[in-house]
Amino acid sequence: MNGEAHTTGPDISASAPSPVTVDLLLSVNRDRHPTTVDTRETLLDTLRERLGLTGAKKGCDHGQCGACTVLVDGRRVKSCLTLTVTLDDREIVTVEGLAGEDGPHPLQTAFVEHDAFQCGYCTPGQLCSAVGMLAEAAAGWPSAVTPDVGGGTSPDEGTPSGGDVPPGDGIRLDDDEIRERMSGNLCRCGAYVNIVAAITEVAR
Amino acid sequence: MRPFAYLRPADAPSAVTASAERPNTMYLAGGTNLVDLMRLGVVSPEVLVDVSRLSADAVEEGPDGTLTIGAGVRNSDLAADPLVRRRHPMLAQSVLAGASGQIRNMATVGGNLLQRTRCSYFQDVTKPCNKRLPGTGCPAREGDHRNLAILGHSESCVATHPSDMAVALTALGAIVHVRGADGPRTVPMPGLHRLPGDEPERDTVLDPGDLITAVEVPPLPFAARSRYRKVRDRASFAFAVVSVAVALDVADGVVRDCRIALGGVAHVPWRAETAEAALRGSAATEAGFADAVDAELAAARPLPDNAFKVPLARNVLVRTLIDLAEAS
Repeated sequence: MNGEAHTTGPDISASAPSPVTVDLLLSVNRDRHPTTVDTRETLLDTLRERLGLTGAKKGCDHGQCGACTVLVDGRRVKSCLTLTVTLDDREIVTVEGLAGEDGPHPLQTAFVEHDAFQCGYCTPGQLCSAVGMLAEAAAGWPSAVTPDVGGGTSPDEGTPSGGDVPPGDGIRLDDDEIRERMSGNLCRCGAYVNIVAAITEVAR
Repeated sequence: MRPFAYLRPADAPSAVTASAERPNTMYLAGGTNLVDLMRLGVVSPEVLVDVSRLSADAVEEGPDGTLTIGAGVRNSDLAADPLVRRRHPMLAQSVLAGASGQIRNMATVGGNLLQRTRCSYFQDVTKPCNKRLPGTGCPAREGDHRNLAILGHSESCVATHPSDMAVALTALGAIVHVRGADGPRTVPMPGLHRLPGDEPERDTVLDPGDLITAVEVPPLPFAARSRYRKVRDRASFAFAVVSVAVALDVADGVVRDCRIALGGVAHVPWRAETAEAALRGSAATEAGFADAVDAELAAARPLPDNAFKVPLARNVLVRTLIDLAEAS
């Protein structure tokens, strides 16, 4: 889809608005899905109601709980706040797409081994979030608990000199870092201790 | 949610034109606030103009050290940017102090500046709210206002601006680039956001159809020693009760220059110009810091349930000044 979306709804000046639909090609877990969506539809609803991918869960539907977390172009996002109509040409990965041909994703294995869930409702979001989070840390992205976000700027080094924080330095993920970086994923069963342990094992 | 048409123009001028040609249009970028407000029924646009792919997604350095941040830069990219981290650590820290990893991956710089208050009455369409429906009243003054404004509020509105990033940008004196129906212009910070007065429905000085295209951060060498400190009700993923953005330049025990802004205390990111003026040229001592901060907060008019914010803001700000002075 290029430029203005192809809309099939009525004239927007009509007094009683009818649903507006858009045709687009979605890429989910490396499969292509020609899909017609209502412009109001979120990715979470499209995945669950149109594509039958019920791994991503609807918890709060307001971006606060993280149960709906999926990866878009490799980045973790909240699918409940993402309008599907914006996603043509994007690569979407859900929990159903994490496993490889030779078995579960290492994080999935670690979650099982560390008993990192109780009811399991938050787990697909925890897993997708952890996959994205590990990539962020490997890329050197700081967090709110990373000491010295400024990269060791000494007091006399205020003048711009082009010397930069090295972008490729991975962050060492201790418990505080993992907890801060995973704070967008709530677990009502309180399995946090084991979730941190599972992620720690894969981070090493 | 009310049905809406969806447009994705190829560039910023086309987006502004598309917006001007149609009634009840809103821009969509990260959507982290807008989509939620649409679901809550707080806003009901008939047209969404998607500006999330307008290639305004880079942080660029000018010859004099000015950083120009595209409006579409995601919060997480801004916080990870090496130049931002080195030159203006408080800006990176402010972004990292907000929201969650997922939301920072979605939210943009332009959208962050224009997010709406999280006052519970504004977000609840069953309640009166002068900001959402002008003239209906403000239940917050007599109701739940623990986390609302202590500075600059009016009879009609005591909401706070929720952004952390905007507090650091206000301290840094950022310049917002805007494209409107009459072409491009700039708006300085502070100056983008406005106090509520008797028009609380207007968060900013922008007109309908105005599109933020970039944010320029002028060089400020001493901001390499700066800090954003945020107090909130839980350790992560919560809005500020009080926050401070401080850059301090101390030499030989004297404050040569400083920049201070407060978050969580007003309808705008609050630039503490009174405190800054008192500090410049004064001794860098705890007593001097406390006097300057007290002068700033003399203007506070807290409500019964948020009076605690006055000493909280004072203590956080004085402590941050001391820490920065000691690091000099």
